[in-house]
Amino acid sequence: MKRHFRIWRGDSSGGEIRDFQVEVNEGEVVLDAIHRLQATEAPDLACRWNCKAGKCGSCSMEINGKPRLSCMTRMSTFEENETVTITPLRTFPVIRDLVTDVSFNYEKARETPAFAPPKGVAPGDYRMKQVDVERSQEFRKCIECFLCQNTCHVVRDHEENKKAFSGPRFFIRAAELDMHPLDDRTDRKEYAQASQGLGYCNITKCCTEVCPEHIKITDNAIIPMKERVVDRRYDPLVWLGRKIFRRDQLDDSNGHGSHGHGSHGNSTGGSGQSMAPSTSEGVTGVAAGLGKSGAPLPTAPALNPDGRLDVAELLAERPGGPSPFGDDQQFPLPNVTYNHPEPGKD
Amino acid sequence: MTTRIERHHYDVVVIGAGGAGLRAAIEARLAGKKTAIISKSLFGKAHTVMAEGGAAAAMGNVNSRDNWMVHFGDTMRGGKFLNNFRMAELHAKEAPERIWELETYGALFDRTKDGKISQRNFGGHEYPRLAHVGDRTGLELIRTLQQKIVSLQQEDFAETGSYDSRIRVFAETTITELLLEGDRIAGAFGYYRETGEFILLEAPAVVLATGGVGRSYKVTSNSWEYTGDGHALALRAGATLINMEFLQFHPTGMVWPPSVKGILVTESVRGDGGVLRNSDGKRFMFDYVPDVFRHQYADTEEEADRWYTDPDNNRRPPELLPRDEVARAINSEVKAGRGTKSGGVFLDVSTRMPAETITRRLPSMYHQFKELADVDITKEPMEVGPTCHYVMGGVEVDPDSGAAFGHVEGLFAAGEVSGGMHGSNRLGGNSLSDLLVFGKRAGEHAAAYTDALPKRPKVATADVEAAVDTALAPLSRENGENPYTLQQDLQAVMGDLVGIIRREAELTDALKRLQELKVRVANVGAAGGRQYNPGWHLALDLRNMLVVSECTAKAALEREESRGGHTREDFPKMSPEWRKVNLVCSLDEAGDVHLERKPLPKMRDELLGLFKRSELSKYLTDEELAEFDAITTEAN
Amino acid sequence: MTTTATRPDAGRARAAIAARTLRTDRWWIPPLVTFVGLSAWVIYATVRVFMHKWYYVDQYHYLTPFYSPCLTDRCVEGSAEFGTPLPSFWLIPEAALTLPFLLLFRLTCYYYRKAYYRAFWLSPPACAVPDGHKKYTGETRFPLIFQNVHRYAFYAAAIISVINTWDAVVAFQSGEKFGFGLGNIVLVINVVMLWAYTVSCHSCRHIVAGRLKHFSKHPVRYRFWVFVSKLNAKHMQLAWITLGTLALTDFYVMAVSAGWFSDLRFIN
Repeated sequence: MKRHFRIWRGDSSGGEIRDFQVEVNEGEVVLDAIHRLQATEAPDLACRWNCKAGKCGSCSMEINGKPRLSCMTRMSTFEENETVTITPLRTFPVIRDLVTDVSFNYEKARETPAFAPPKGVAPGDYRMKQVDVERSQEFRKCIECFLCQNTCHVVRDHEENKKAFSGPRFFIRAAELDMHPLDDRTDRKEYAQASQGLGYCNITKCCTEVCPEHIKITDNAIIPMKERVVDRRYDPLVWLGRKIFRRDQLDDSNGHGSHGHGSHGNSTGGSGQSMAPSTSEGVTGVAAGLGKSGAPLPTAPALNPDGRLDVAELLAERPGGPSPFGDDQQFPLPNVTYNHPEPGKD
Repeated sequence: MTTRIERHHYDVVVIGAGGAGLRAAIEARLAGKKTAIISKSLFGKAHTVMAEGGAAAAMGNVNSRDNWMVHFGDTMRGGKFLNNFRMAELHAKEAPERIWELETYGALFDRTKDGKISQRNFGGHEYPRLAHVGDRTGLELIRTLQQKIVSLQQEDFAETGSYDSRIRVFAETTITELLLEGDRIAGAFGYYRETGEFILLEAPAVVLATGGVGRSYKVTSNSWEYTGDGHALALRAGATLINMEFLQFHPTGMVWPPSVKGILVTESVRGDGGVLRNSDGKRFMFDYVPDVFRHQYADTEEEADRWYTDPDNNRRPPELLPRDEVARAINSEVKAGRGTKSGGVFLDVSTRMPAETITRRLPSMYHQFKELADVDITKEPMEVGPTCHYVMGGVEVDPDSGAAFGHVEGLFAAGEVSGGMHGSNRLGGNSLSDLLVFGKRAGEHAAAYTDALPKRPKVATADVEAAVDTALAPLSRENGENPYTLQQDLQAVMGDLVGIIRREAELTDALKRLQELKVRVANVGAAGGRQYNPGWHLALDLRNMLVVSECTAKAALEREESRGGHTREDFPKMSPEWRKVNLVCSLDEAGDVHLERKPLPKMRDELLGLFKRSELSKYLTDEELAEFDAITTEAN
Repeated sequence: MTTTATRPDAGRARAAIAARTLRTDRWWIPPLVTFVGLSAWVIYATVRVFMHKWYYVDQYHYLTPFYSPCLTDRCVEGSAEFGTPLPSFWLIPEAALTLPFLLLFRLTCYYYRKAYYRAFWLSPPACAVPDGHKKYTGETRFPLIFQNVHRYAFYAAAIISVINTWDAVVAFQSGEKFGFGLGNIVLVINVVMLWAYTVSCHSCRHIVAGRLKHFSKHPVRYRFWVFVSKLNAKHMQLAWITLGTLALTDFYVMAVSAGWFSDLRFIN
């Protein structure tokens, strides 16, 4: 049976959605239709794919506007006369047709400090309990399809945030290592807050919605990481304890809990490796020069001259809590403007 | 026409970014060599992610009676004694270390109660031996190695200010030609898939880790990358291939729905209690236990069922026979008309375990069937049939160093692209450990080779120009043939005529058709530009697929016996005489495939002594048995 | 030079797709429902809090959670269990010391944040639908960085839940004797749900054991964590259920107090 497809074709200089009629058989997925198109009408239609079983995460694209793996989107999920619109991932620069430049993710991966093996434990002597590894194992299911990175509005709708924001994929990486029973670093949370831009996440859960591996990204990684940051930075009880027992100085002299305003390269971990983010020239340049002023960076609360949190700020004059919408916002919302990046106008 | 070519200098170039490639690259980098990794797809997407069951290593965590000698024995038995004994020995000895090493890179395997790495049962392995993470062990392995490389890059960054100073990944890059000076490797030439621009890597040592050849088959679990690039590159560089007739057909690939035909259903479904039934509902595997295995496998369903809980006092169910036996059994059932509508048989776990156990032990299988086929494996049986899965044959290498034989120096191979380790049939779980053991060795010896080299070989400009011309040719053919049609025709020839059951007439026919295809492939054309053009990429891959297919067909015709992954209907028996023979493929100047027989290396006495005479008598010739008797009497 | 898919080529553009979103489903329904639901509740609650009447049924000791604990001079006889330290001014709610914390608890709750960021602030209204704003800094700076006080609000909410529990227990007396009516059932269901919502909070999940690196060393806390995690998976449902039970409880007390209908009594 012939089905109607609309597929975006083009490259970074421009493109358009074109119409195709493709034969579709029972039990097929969207990727099959693309392959049939390649074998017949459009042999040069660019599309990434590998395993065709939802295990490698190569064939990410947007199908009817939703970020999906095309090998996991069965044609039977559409109405028989429904038009299927296929576009490349919006968040990343397009290379050609359905293929995008996902190097942003590899750059962020390179900046995330690696596993730090425990000192003095020989290979073969690692002992871990199943209950202790299970949380991290969930995150290691990640197939790096980057659908979460693509759907996250922090970078999808705000290109300028790419410098300061690593995205859900790397929050689960940070969480995985922070929960790893034998990881030797203790500063993963500080790193997530200061260098990965954890604070940009407003937990609207789209990453969890699109995850093909059904990893509970928000509930099991991002929120626990936010809570772990709170442990160190914002919990008034902890703050009081630190104040009373003067632990803050002890901690700081160890290089933990850096008080920088998202300043980079000044915090060191237990293993002494630099976890400074990249200064290399990236493909898209998005990760280059991270930490330079100008772009909005994760901001910690204001500090006293002695480098400590001011108690007054935490007990500020807002018993009802701050307006979550920002204090300068009027209701009802005056003309809501949609802002989507347009090519060539970045 | 001027063509821009990007030039790079490296000490070691690793072609392939799967498990073996990454492990080799890590080792070369640790040896201080400037290393490049060539990945045909994105970094971390390699076919290794598809391995589900686990990595076999005799750590003895679950059953302390396990050790390398038992593992060695299982491997030889699985390969029907055609394995290169030295490779099997090294593999069995070194696999545990390699697995433990992964933990120091951050891998998180499933654990036993006392916190060690858990190990599971698998077809052909005597004891629970497979280190695993649910059923996504391959993903864990590739991710761990990928992250280790990132961690090495971070170290380099801290030291030199550049992540790429010592190890660099060229993602979405394909190598089309190895360049030589005399018989020495001088470099590798290829193109960026994304832009179509050319790249020349000058390096004295190249490690091949390109995986297998499955894309030449209609029904395959392999991805598009598996076009036999490494095999073909090696042949063209003057190396040889062995055992190319041995292809493993995984007994249980999905046969429905059509879009996912070929995708694997992991063996652990059977290891955990799944049973095979034909359309009559009969558990047919009991009819297919070969005599050599008779004493290890249960005769009755009752005994088989008891084995899952009490493996010490019962014999194992016949569903756990080596893969080739299961594949052949399914094939026979289907041919006898007892298969399902889609040409498979039923694999059932739903009636044998509570739903909760199934989703816990086989999470990604459950997930895969639910999402791809809308089949709930906790409620209904799966439909499975044999699918082309793995090639045992490959580049003939020195067992200790992974250096390719033939008349080429500086070429190394590891993983599926190398041959000999698995003999005529690979045991499940041995491939992941194979990647690690021989990946490390290849990386190490490639590094050592560059050290010993008096001077770096030079790439000849003429060779580069020739490589450019070959690569651009399909683009300039106005009325060239459609590469997709050619691929389908090739897959039809291989699937129908050089498939799981082979006959002389069909093989002869296949060779004739391959010659015809060769002519057509020489005239393949690709429309569209150089930028990310899959048609062009396929056109370039086709010649590799073709030459490797020819090796397979020739060797399959030559070997007149049935053994492991090679079944000849006209020669259904295993022949001890043929066991002593390796079939070696090479390429001559004109590009024609030559086949010659070469004696199999002889197993060392102490290794031979690990086996019982009764077992050896099924494989060895009378002369060899007489020698064996002499050794054992001497030892007594 | 990078390890990535691509070679340096700065300034690459995204795919030029004219449509803001190509989603074909009715993605605007969930945020709309959230918007209507939350708005309706807020209006009802505001009206009720500043009504200053019909919050207590003296005969059965029913006190609406919106006025608990009742602390102003205006509190009717018997409703103030904890004294009346606050003056009577119409802007001061009877429960002026607890309502702000409850509000804070829900405003900073990880579920409600998702709900109102999507439905009210349109940031984003739905997945793969563009953000309604040109600039976005998330919760990195003032004022949204204060979302991080959720932990503190949780502590307060736990204390307030104890007070609510006390209200529900006290309500089991009719005059001086034991009494039991439909109102008690309403109050008890409300309190159980409030506890479930409070305990299922992400901060609670973190405090009980989520913060630990080794569950195996703290088996009891691990069991708590497993329990809280199960509840936590239902946090969204509980958030809505408790809005419902709160409004319903309040309405029931108001109706009985105003004499619109009388309480169905089972005992006394």
